[in-house]
Amino acid sequence: MSDKRWINICSLSDLVENSGVCALVEGAKNADDLIAKDRQIALFSLPSMSEQVFAIDNFDPIGKANVLYRGMVGCNQGEPIVASPLYKQQFSLKTGQCLHEEAQVNTYPTRITDNCVEVLV
Amino acid sequence: MSNQLNVVVVGNGMVGHHAVEQLVNLGAEHNVSITVLSAEDRLAYDRVHLSEYFSGKTADDLALTDEETYQDWQVDFHTNAKVVGIDKQQQKVTTVAGDVFEYDKLILATGSYPFVPPIPGGDQDHCLVYRTIDDLESIQQSASCGKVGVVIGGGLLGLEAANALKQLGLATHVVEFAPQLMAVQVDAGGGRLLKDKIEELGVQVHTGKATQVIEAGEQCRYRLVFANGESLETDLVLFSAGIRPYDNLAREFELTIGERGGIVVNEQCLTSDGNIYAIGECALYQNMIYGLVAPGYTMAKVAAQDIIANHTNLIEEAPLRFTGADMSTKLKLMGVDVGSIGDAHGRTPGALSYTYENQPLGVYKKIVVSQNQKLLLGAVLVGDTSEYDSLLQYMLNGIELPNEPEALILPSSGEKPTLGADALPDTATICSCLNVTKGDIIDAVDGGACSVADVKACTKASTGCGGCAALLKNVVDKELENRGVEVKKDICEHFAYSRRELFDIIKVNGIKSFEELIESHGKGLGCEVCKPTVGSILASVWNDYILDASKLPLQDTNDNFLANMQKDGTYSVVPRVPGGEITPERLITIGEVAKKYKLYTKITGGQRIDLFGARVEQLPDIWSELIEAGMETGHAYGKAVRTVKSCVGSTWCRYGVQDSVSMAIFIENRYKGIRAPHKLKFAVSGCTRECAEAQSKDFGVIATDKGWNLYVCGNGGMKPRHADLFATDLDDETLIKYIDRVMAFYIQTGDRLQRTSVWMENLEGGLEYLKQVVIEDSLGIGETLENQMSQVIGKYQCEWKTTIENPEALKRFRQFVNSDKQDTNIQFVNERDQIRPARDHEKIQVVNIMDTNDAQKHKELALEES
Repeated sequence: MSDKRWINICSLSDLVENSGVCALVEGAKNADDLIAKDRQIALFSLPSMSEQVFAIDNFDPIGKANVLYRGMVGCNQGEPIVASPLYKQQFSLKTGQCLHEEAQVNTYPTRITDNCVEVLV
Repeated sequence: MSNQLNVVVVGNGMVGHHAVEQLVNLGAEHNVSITVLSAEDRLAYDRVHLSEYFSGKTADDLALTDEETYQDWQVDFHTNAKVVGIDKQQQKVTTVAGDVFEYDKLILATGSYPFVPPIPGGDQDHCLVYRTIDDLESIQQSASCGKVGVVIGGGLLGLEAANALKQLGLATHVVEFAPQLMAVQVDAGGGRLLKDKIEELGVQVHTGKATQVIEAGEQCRYRLVFANGESLETDLVLFSAGIRPYDNLAREFELTIGERGGIVVNEQCLTSDGNIYAIGECALYQNMIYGLVAPGYTMAKVAAQDIIANHTNLIEEAPLRFTGADMSTKLKLMGVDVGSIGDAHGRTPGALSYTYENQPLGVYKKIVVSQNQKLLLGAVLVGDTSEYDSLLQYMLNGIELPNEPEALILPSSGEKPTLGADALPDTATICSCLNVTKGDIIDAVDGGACSVADVKACTKASTGCGGCAALLKNVVDKELENRGVEVKKDICEHFAYSRRELFDIIKVNGIKSFEELIESHGKGLGCEVCKPTVGSILASVWNDYILDASKLPLQDTNDNFLANMQKDGTYSVVPRVPGGEITPERLITIGEVAKKYKLYTKITGGQRIDLFGARVEQLPDIWSELIEAGMETGHAYGKAVRTVKSCVGSTWCRYGVQDSVSMAIFIENRYKGIRAPHKLKFAVSGCTRECAEAQSKDFGVIATDKGWNLYVCGNGGMKPRHADLFATDLDDETLIKYIDRVMAFYIQTGDRLQRTSVWMENLEGGLEYLKQVVIEDSLGIGETLENQMSQVIGKYQCEWKTTIENPEALKRFRQFVNSDKQDTNIQFVNERDQIRPARDHEKIQVVNIMDTNDAQKHKELALEES
């Protein structure tokens, strides 16, 4: 049984092509837990990739600030990446793995339904 | 687990504390118990910066550790526990309170005490020394009921002490027995200039004076009577006539000591007793006391390693040894730069020296070289220590000197021999944050690294502050070249071109977007290297609004949000203040905006005001108010023209010969907003006194009575370079023409993130070539360059004004695309009446307490979904 659910974030036109925005997902992943932490998710629109939209944690584990959505997107050997705006480490948008240091962020599946961007959290 | 080893450290000064740190680190898994016995009533503090106690630092600020830390480390510590007895056979020490501690290994780090010359009357009240925080408190107390203070001793510490008295508001004198100040580190010429400079700062210096007696005074509390019959009245006497090793324990309990004091140690820092070590200023190695903190730290490391190695029987292959230390120093004394390297006095047989003295500027430089003029033996620098680092590398590594060694210290009228990547020795530190040497980089390349990225990954070089990136690239490229590897000038994997080539491609083909360029000349999606580069070239060539939908994804976050991102993800805001001239009204507006949005304010080095701590969603509101008051963006976020610093010039200044402020404002307004390979800084000085520091800028303009002298390609920062004199006595029009041409040529040919200084150094033919191109128009491109500039100048717009008028662009300025909430991870605390980012441990976790109904709903929802 999965306790994950699709959350409607915004309309497709709220995204910025080849760049990022940030979504705030409120509430708990685990509903048994009465204390819920807000979660910030960075969304990147890459029209040239088959996935279209990528979602990863917005928190930069190296710079320790909520900034990844303001990073620059691009690719490294074909792997789509975002470079942290603080210290420029690249994170894979597919796996969340940092390509320069031991660090990892969560990634989230995305889908587009009726021009709405949804994230599985 | 090995048996417990009891280590007792006597003394908790800087060096004793360092030994504790080392033992904690090395002994972590080896059952080592550490006891610290300190005679003072507080734990270790920073004695090097003691004088800052008088400029606002508290004892807590100076502390190197605290009780909690020692508790965490499980260090058993005792303050007010002066050791008075050592039993070498039983291996015990006794404190003044009668407590007994057993040891397996004992480390003496008892330091030194100030030497008080035996002058009659020197033991009265208000005759003090300068060594501990308690001493400082006595000085402060005494100064509060006096007007005049005298320091006896004009060495390094004496001048520090004089600075302290001056800060306490006393009329300050320094009395030195020797004919000059700082006789250990500086030669007679340097000492003379140092004296002048210190007297300029309001401290009276009396050299060659032997104090014979301190008796009651008439105007002041005391009178110092000198051997030549002269006298000096004072309320306070501070002795700083050198230090003596605190070796009394060694004397009493029969450890070998030197003829003139100091506990004799060997290369392991062991004393004559195999269980007792001595480190720091109480230790004597080969008849030398090392009175600096760095060698003390080395000794601490050596002793700690030796103790742990013997305990664990894990003997290192190359155990650390103390074999003396280089005593070269660079420091700022009352704002005067002083540097001393190696044999400063030229005492080596056959040594020769070169001296440069510039009295009007207050600069004295001397280098001492070997008889064959191949090696640097020592140096003295007063008033300007900018060559210190490179001279030190020459001396420490025995690098062969250039043919005319004097060029190393002469002002850079001609080509100054610089130490290129190849000339640097393997020991040279490239990345000082992570302490990576050139040798480490060579090892990495030998180990198969074949790019800067590879080297970064395996050495971590340039992953701290990143300030060494350019130097690192230089070294790596050079090493690869030396191995016959062809070094690609490609800017990244997406474009097989250098910045310069991309510039030409964009210009010649009239390319206006990144997509166009990558489709025709590149591959993939781009990255954080090529995108901003192309963004900057497009801006340089076409100077369009940088936040157009097509250009927006090309901008680094700072350009993207038109502000400078700080470590916590907030931004700083810098309105333009052309030439540093600002009306009271605008100052008030800036103050009011800062107050309203609770921003931290600081004056920048470029004569403007930086407002910190703005959340991304606040930026448009802040700018609306600033623009309303007539201000515009300062482009502090861009690789663009930043500031034109100026002095007040002939309008107000008695010495000014031209109106530097008007010229600075004109220049700033002309070039503002222009994008370049890197930031560009300017300055205009109204006379040769150079108060605007124009020679440290990319473009420096200095007034002469006939017009303007233009200097180019200087910079401050990590690797400072004085600008080169480019042309003299120019009229306004020619000045602007030359700046236009040089700037356009740089924008066109500079590499990515290459400052003008490095650009010039890599320009084949250097300064002379640049003069030919710009002044003589040898390539026939002068007019083209000017046209290019006038084109971009005509298209200037305040990016913030354009942004706040554009609802689409404003959409970017929110933290969340789906909520108006704020980022709760951004938190501030107060410091000195302003905000600063909260550190991790100061942050409060923000959580939502969910309504139980809500929780129930979520649960149902989750079940439904699955």
